[in-house]
Amino acid sequence: MTAGVDLGAPRTQAIRSDEDVVRVRQLVRTVAVAAKLSLVDQTKLVTAASELARNTLVYGGGGTVEVSTVQNDRRRGVRIVFADSGPGIADLELALTDGYTTGGGLGLGLSGARRLVDEFDIRTGVGEGTTITVTKWSR
Amino acid sequence: MERVPILKIGDVLLVSIQVDMSDQTAIQLQDDLAERIVATGCHGVLIDITALDIVDSFVGRMLSTIASISKVLDAETVVVGMRPAVAITLVELGLSLNGIRTALNVERGMELIAASRDEDAYEPDGDDADAETTATA
Repeated sequence: MTAGVDLGAPRTQAIRSDEDVVRVRQLVRTVAVAAKLSLVDQTKLVTAASELARNTLVYGGGGTVEVSTVQNDRRRGVRIVFADSGPGIADLELALTDGYTTGGGLGLGLSGARRLVDEFDIRTGVGEGTTITVTKWSR
Repeated sequence: MERVPILKIGDVLLVSIQVDMSDQTAIQLQDDLAERIVATGCHGVLIDITALDIVDSFVGRMLSTIASISKVLDAETVVVGMRPAVAITLVELGLSLNGIRTALNVERGMELIAASRDEDAYEPDGDDADAETTATA
């Protein structure tokens, strides 16, 4: 697991519709500003969250997101957990390849989101749903 | 669902995106713009994204699609006002915004559209255009 202590209660948001993806962006922005991430890091994190929330909706059939502020011995950061109980990802390596898509998109959601964050953890299995945890640390 | 307004200024359709768009709103904008290009016969589309604090792959793809659709409908698309943090993030995300022309602000975007119309005006008689360029050079 990734290191760091939770600060305060995590904030959650259900992902059931397009509008919820917008709400996830707004929630992540609020927490990222409070955690004093730089503007560029806020932008990267919100963009990554937007990609992952859309994946949760489109491929996972909806799910939940949990956003929290974390702290390690040196830095503060924001951690986001996306969870769905959808079909899961059969070939993870392929799914993380730039340009690969099963949904008619650009195939940049998963691979691009991984590049935009500092830590990226994915747990998935066929029929077991998918849980993705990302963390962005302040500089 | 919110809808992004499209304004007509002379020969140009101006879209200033002021809301955090849902995917449906983005698709609706794409459809609305195609309709308006045909209905108005405008030759330029200017999309101002100054107010957007992120552009993800969905919105990026929408911008590319709008540029392609308008090209087919004889209109030039220019995207203006991208924030520096958005540009940095887009590049890292891996999005190239293929086929999209950009300018720093609305004024320069308008100039770019006007300039591309002038170029097009010479195309039917290419030889004459060359002669004229040589003459003025």
